[in-house]
Amino acid sequence: MTEPLLSVRDLRVSYQVGRSFVHAVDGASFDIPKGSITGLVGESGCGKTTVARALTRVIADNAAITGGEILFEGRDLAKLPEREMNALRWRDIAFVPQSAMNSLDPVYTVEYQLGEVLRRRGGMDRRQARKRSEELFEMVGIDANRLNDYPHQFSGGMRQRVAIALALALNPKLIIADEPVTALDVIVQRQILDQLKELQVRLGLSVILVTHDISVVAYICDRTVVMYAGKVAESGTMQAALTAPSHPYTMGLRNAFPDLQGAASGVLTPIEGAPPNLANPPAGCRFKPRCPFALDVCGSEPPVVDVAPDHPVLCHRARESAALRIEAAKTETWMARA
Amino acid sequence: MPEIAAPAIIKPRRPNILARMFRTLRLPVNDPFAVAGLLIYLVFIATAVFADQITTHDPTEILYTPSYDLAADLRPGQDGFIMGTTSLGRDIFSQLVYGSRSALLIGVTAAFMVALIGSIIGLVAGYFGRLVDAVLMRLADIAFGIPFLPFVIVLAAFLQPSIWNVVIAMALVLWRDTARVIRSQVLTLRTRGYVEAARVAGSSDFKIIVRHIAPNILPLSFLYGSIAIGWAILTEASISFLGFGDPDSISWGYMLQDAFASQALAKQAYYWFVPPGICIILVVSAGFFITRGYENILFPKLNR
Amino acid sequence: MNIVTKKPEVLVSVHEARLHYQVGGAFAAMRGKSTVVKAVDGVTFDIRRGESVGLLGESGCGKTSMGRLLLKLEDTTGGSIHFDGEELGEVRRHRLKKFRSRAQLIFQNPFDAINPRFTIRATLSEPLENAGIPRSEREDRIIKALELVRLPEPEQFLDRYPHQLSGGQLQRVVMARALILQPEFVVADEPVSMLDVSVRAGVLNVFRDVRDRLGLTAIYISHDLALVRYVCERTIVMYLGRIMEDGPTEDIVHEPLHPYTKALVAAVPVPNPDQSHDPLPIGRGAPDPRNPPSGCVFRDRCPSAHARCASEVPQPRPVGSRLVACHLF
Repeated sequence: MTEPLLSVRDLRVSYQVGRSFVHAVDGASFDIPKGSITGLVGESGCGKTTVARALTRVIADNAAITGGEILFEGRDLAKLPEREMNALRWRDIAFVPQSAMNSLDPVYTVEYQLGEVLRRRGGMDRRQARKRSEELFEMVGIDANRLNDYPHQFSGGMRQRVAIALALALNPKLIIADEPVTALDVIVQRQILDQLKELQVRLGLSVILVTHDISVVAYICDRTVVMYAGKVAESGTMQAALTAPSHPYTMGLRNAFPDLQGAASGVLTPIEGAPPNLANPPAGCRFKPRCPFALDVCGSEPPVVDVAPDHPVLCHRARESAALRIEAAKTETWMARA
Repeated sequence: MPEIAAPAIIKPRRPNILARMFRTLRLPVNDPFAVAGLLIYLVFIATAVFADQITTHDPTEILYTPSYDLAADLRPGQDGFIMGTTSLGRDIFSQLVYGSRSALLIGVTAAFMVALIGSIIGLVAGYFGRLVDAVLMRLADIAFGIPFLPFVIVLAAFLQPSIWNVVIAMALVLWRDTARVIRSQVLTLRTRGYVEAARVAGSSDFKIIVRHIAPNILPLSFLYGSIAIGWAILTEASISFLGFGDPDSISWGYMLQDAFASQALAKQAYYWFVPPGICIILVVSAGFFITRGYENILFPKLNR
Repeated sequence: MNIVTKKPEVLVSVHEARLHYQVGGAFAAMRGKSTVVKAVDGVTFDIRRGESVGLLGESGCGKTSMGRLLLKLEDTTGGSIHFDGEELGEVRRHRLKKFRSRAQLIFQNPFDAINPRFTIRATLSEPLENAGIPRSEREDRIIKALELVRLPEPEQFLDRYPHQLSGGQLQRVVMARALILQPEFVVADEPVSMLDVSVRAGVLNVFRDVRDRLGLTAIYISHDLALVRYVCERTIVMYLGRIMEDGPTEDIVHEPLHPYTKALVAAVPVPNPDQSHDPLPIGRGAPDPRNPPSGCVFRDRCPSAHARCASEVPQPRPVGSRLVACHLF
């Protein structure tokens, strides 16, 4: 594998809530190769959004990066002085927030908001900014005439396109998109994903797509990082993680999704239980309480096992994954525990 | 097969009704200012309740010195008058103590009426909407157009100067703020899923308002009620000072007016007009401290 | 043949139902904007007893409004809706109370659908109280309802507050509340869209299971055909307040006829790495309920629109097992 664009090593992020600490991200490691789309998957509270925000160091007041490295082009973003980090945001790493409406100021036109970024951060003059804005709108598939519109005049999907245009404004190398299509209807969702993919290929971008929907990952991503309870359960190419999931959690997620291409009689199987409270996580493997394959050994910290090249899995039984997959495909396996 | 004893279902204690009401009120006990305000209130309430025991004289009685002279313009401490006497020979300390009584009566009744009328109108307008809302809110608009102090003066003069007429006049005007704010709160509450759920569950409008909506606006009515306390005391003081007050009841405003008319300032009788002034400031600001505490509870984001 | 039941087969009958809102007012009118939003505009369908029907469409297509009309949370501005032979517009007072116990709603957002100040016991008591169930029986019914939605050890939840429950558990409580009066008809408005994927399946399974066990007639509102397919044998596709296609779900999944349904089916994401990445057969943009196109409301995004689509509103026509409102058929 060539030198990755971004390399996260043992990242730790903690929130202080009252007197206790919640370790939202507790030792996450993964690579983002150049020119790829990586899906960061997991249920709410698994730490995926916290990881995404930690990469740009835009985290809540009561949160702090407490350990690990974020290597981006030879620099460790976790330790970079705030001034340099600030110069890097938007220019090199841009963020597309989940709710585009909240990222746009309702009292200014979209052109003004784009222009402000281009002039302040990009050092462009008025005319250049106008030209670039038109270019950006054309890129994300909106008529340039609508530059003078206010955010509320756009539909949800259009606003998400505007948010992508904003992120692209300064030609970043990496775009981090937090659930960019979650709130959208299927048709709009598909159109935005197509647009994102097209831009990624055309501009040679790297994208981190934070999502809870493995269908979205299957549709657009090259790579997958599956998170559970603040740790990376499994990572690797999208093909590998979805066709040969090796962590029981990924197997469970796979079962829980309805598949329109599958047989009508298919039964969905939930993963019973809820993710652990991160203020007080269970000892050993954090998936143990919900895992149908848990053994006594799972009470100790699980190892990272490379089940295949470029496919690390955080599980005691990762070596048996082929056999477990067959078991996991059966509904009874998961119901027995409930 | 051995019989396994079924674990007894533990009936959890329901918190008693008083504790629940207390919780619903959400008294701001975490804010030091609010606690100070509550303490000031407590002191004044105690004073008002035990006024008969605390005072040394009848506040309206014209007093004489042991040498049968009119006890007028005596300095504090002279002849046993703790805070001296007025130009008409009345005990200032006793007046001050009884003043707390009328201040609290006015404050509490006005607050109660304002909160009650405003809340009911706000609830009804917000919940039922449409024509009901339109009519009530136009009434509120009219109330907003009424100049407050002149209206109270005219009404007090028209009916007859008594503290109850002041209270009524205040309630007639001040309900508008409460009603407006509560209405808008109800408008957002009405769209909450659980309100709709109660409708689907077959609950009547009355039940929905009482059970699901009113508890959420209660702290707001209290906020506006505690603002009204301050307003009421200030208003009564202003009206008494202007001479439209109730001549038969002793209030701090009346004391100020009396001191003013008797040229207490020229006589350098600070002991006469400073204490009632301080009392007004204390009680009114205590109200606003509590208000502040409520604001922090209701709108935690303002805190930053 | 021995007909045991005298009940008619159709439970809900919707005929040309309309729900038009007045919005904007004088200012919008001056700027030449339409001030009427046609949330539901001439919708006709019947639901048989025991049938599960999916209402499918994008946001703004009128599916939620349709659901609210069926439950009389909103009154029609035109047309009629009959529930078990009774016109909903005429259901009032004690008959409305009766209706409320027969037709129920499962809410989209379980975190909002339960009063945060109420315990689970109080939440579930409310419908029982309204239906005049004596206090002594309530606890029993509550436990039974919670068992029905497969909440393990229901007793332990009774005195908890909503914030102490997970999303999946809350949604089960919401379902228990809807089912506690043993209704015949249930409208579920995207009941899993706010839930995490790992628990969605559990809630959907409970829904299916309960529906079959109680023989419920159900409407499932969603924008995701994959979910609708999981719970409904029949699907009604709506767009801008009108029905585009109505037929057996499997037929719609495998061979959508209406151009809109085609796009909708193609857009559903599937959790498989190998899938079609062809562009969707639909124009960009979002439907604007305030200014729908003339004729066929879908024509401005339709790849096969022709002159007739602008001039004439297509009426639903039977095509095989289905009804399709499109001039192509």
